[in-house]
Amino acid sequence: MRDPVATGEGVNLQDIGAAWDADSPLIEHRSAWQEVWLRFRKDKFALAGLVTVVLLVIVAVFAKWIAPHSPLTQYDSGLTMDGMPVGSSRHFLLGTDTLGRDLLSRIIYGARVSLVIGICANGFALVLGVIFGLMAGYFRGWVETLIMRATDVMMAFPIYLFAMALISVLKPGLWILVVVIGIVYWTPMTRVIHGEVLSIREKEFVDAARLTGCTNRRILFRHILPHLVAPIIVYTSLGIATTVLFEAVLSYIGLGVQPPTPSWGQMISDGQNYYLSAPHLVIYPGLAITMTVLAFNLVGDGLRDAFDPQQRRR
Amino acid sequence: MSAVFEDSGGEGGANGGNHASGASGNGALVGVRDLKVYFPITSGIVFRHQIGAVRAVDGISLDVLRGETLGLVGESGCGKSTTGRAILQLIKPTEGHVLYEGADLARLRGRKLRAQRRSMQMIFQDPYASLNSRMTLADIVGEPLLVHHMQPSRKLRQQRVRELLELVGLNPNTLNRYPHEFSGGQRQRIGIARALAVEPNFIVCDEPISALDVSIRAQIINLLKDLQSKFSLTYLFIAHDLSVVRHISDRVAVMYLGRIVELAANDLLYGEPMHPYTQALLSAVPIPDPEAEEHRRAVVLTGDVPSPADPPKGCHFHTRCPVALEGRCDVDDPALLEVRPGHWAACHLITADGYPHIKAGEDSLVETAAGIKGGDE
Repeated sequence: MRDPVATGEGVNLQDIGAAWDADSPLIEHRSAWQEVWLRFRKDKFALAGLVTVVLLVIVAVFAKWIAPHSPLTQYDSGLTMDGMPVGSSRHFLLGTDTLGRDLLSRIIYGARVSLVIGICANGFALVLGVIFGLMAGYFRGWVETLIMRATDVMMAFPIYLFAMALISVLKPGLWILVVVIGIVYWTPMTRVIHGEVLSIREKEFVDAARLTGCTNRRILFRHILPHLVAPIIVYTSLGIATTVLFEAVLSYIGLGVQPPTPSWGQMISDGQNYYLSAPHLVIYPGLAITMTVLAFNLVGDGLRDAFDPQQRRR
Repeated sequence: MSAVFEDSGGEGGANGGNHASGASGNGALVGVRDLKVYFPITSGIVFRHQIGAVRAVDGISLDVLRGETLGLVGESGCGKSTTGRAILQLIKPTEGHVLYEGADLARLRGRKLRAQRRSMQMIFQDPYASLNSRMTLADIVGEPLLVHHMQPSRKLRQQRVRELLELVGLNPNTLNRYPHEFSGGQRQRIGIARALAVEPNFIVCDEPISALDVSIRAQIINLLKDLQSKFSLTYLFIAHDLSVVRHISDRVAVMYLGRIVELAANDLLYGEPMHPYTQALLSAVPIPDPEAEEHRRAVVLTGDVPSPADPPKGCHFHTRCPVALEGRCDVDDPALLEVRPGHWAACHLITADGYPHIKAGEDSLVETAAGIKGGDE
């Protein structure tokens, strides 16, 4: 009889009468991303957050088809005899605002504004933050000192005031908002990336890359950056939560998105005088902001735990 | 032979062509002159100032001859890895020169240095950390080809990568796998393939097998030897395993606390070690023959290795040396001198007539009016 080990064929377990259930599923090889997803899935809150975010994105993208009315049309039927906004009715599901515009539609279109600004502003902040963090962590010396001290100074600043001051000087507008928020908010990402790069650059493969003749730029972007994907994703989620809130605050003050473009913060500001008589003007936009920020925060936290299951807390 | 008692007091070994080379520097591919690597110790938070230095490498001179394998051995922490890295300019030397084919490497910067990197490479100790876990095999081995523009097209590059993988004994169809899918020995082979990609002349092997299973080590060593003869490579083989070094090296240098204490051809060093430290080191190597191993008595050195931040005055070894002479060994640095043809040592007690024999448990030196004589000779 041939020796199955020597011929390299292995043993058919059923031949030797093993109790092994030949139909039991093999443990298949999982990729790192699959592992992360599986861990993320287990966190119910994170999952809820993700669902909310997805819904939000769908609503924002398909606003034109989802919203029952235009956000800009002022309806006569939207105001009572005394000129007060109406409450929820079959026609206006969430009621109207002070100018007779459908609240629901404005909230739906407001999602678009909040998300675009949140994502773009955070994207800008991300790019700045990652570049500064990479440079500070990799080059060390005076570059690191300069960048990290600047980060410290920036973090000590009241960034809302700073943003307000900047926007007052410039003209308020959507893209100004994105740029200003980005300029003000790059610091958390820089800190995180700087820390990560400090540990990655000591690894031997960085020495090996240098020895191969790679330029610093190649080492930074081709060797080190791929290892930063996890913190970047986590802090992007958390960052979007903050930038959405940032935009809402600035719009509330009047320095954000300008009317008639709907923005949740602005809607709250418009409706705050009618809080007692028409609370829906304040409540629904407020709820929208809360849910959005909460959802992104939950996703961010969930991702952080999913990427690094050895975290000590929880 | 050259003046054994040449007493230079401070730095030694830097006279004329006597640099522990075979033939006054002609056959030398890499020359190291008085290399020092000091790591600063700083204090203070706001105003950092230097209060001391870790002397990892404290004045090393040697030549690596073309085509040879120079073994570099020593305890952990003696500075051998730092030496290897400083030679390749991965760590900037604090002082001293590294000459490659006569040209000083410290002068090179930027693009010129990167171009020079083609001739010298390194095989790292840790097969897990030395490969980028986010890159595929093809990326890792192909990157040197890409960086140095060695192939005009992607297809040719892939082909070359396959060739390299076959050369080191890996299956070329595993191009697209990631390092974590391979075993330690296979990863080390990947590292070797990467080093070979640029077609170097000189390779520093920094403890290439220390992290591998004992059963795999022989395979890798044999691979390295095959590659050396195939491509006329020159190796600097850094290790702490003396038996391995004996197997692969032509000449061996022994380091202690940042300095070379002895350097000789393989047979000479293992057959007739002269420096007390080398003798102690070799006595600790197990012998494969069980009967002989029974009778082996290791010399146990007392005390701990001194801190490289505060090395002893004079000979670095004198605090643990069983035959150190007070008044001489703790005052003067011994120079690395050619005490026999082709055999260098840094010890005050080695003369033209004899050298200290260290035996376990007893001091077999006989002091006569004429000087120190070795016990048996």
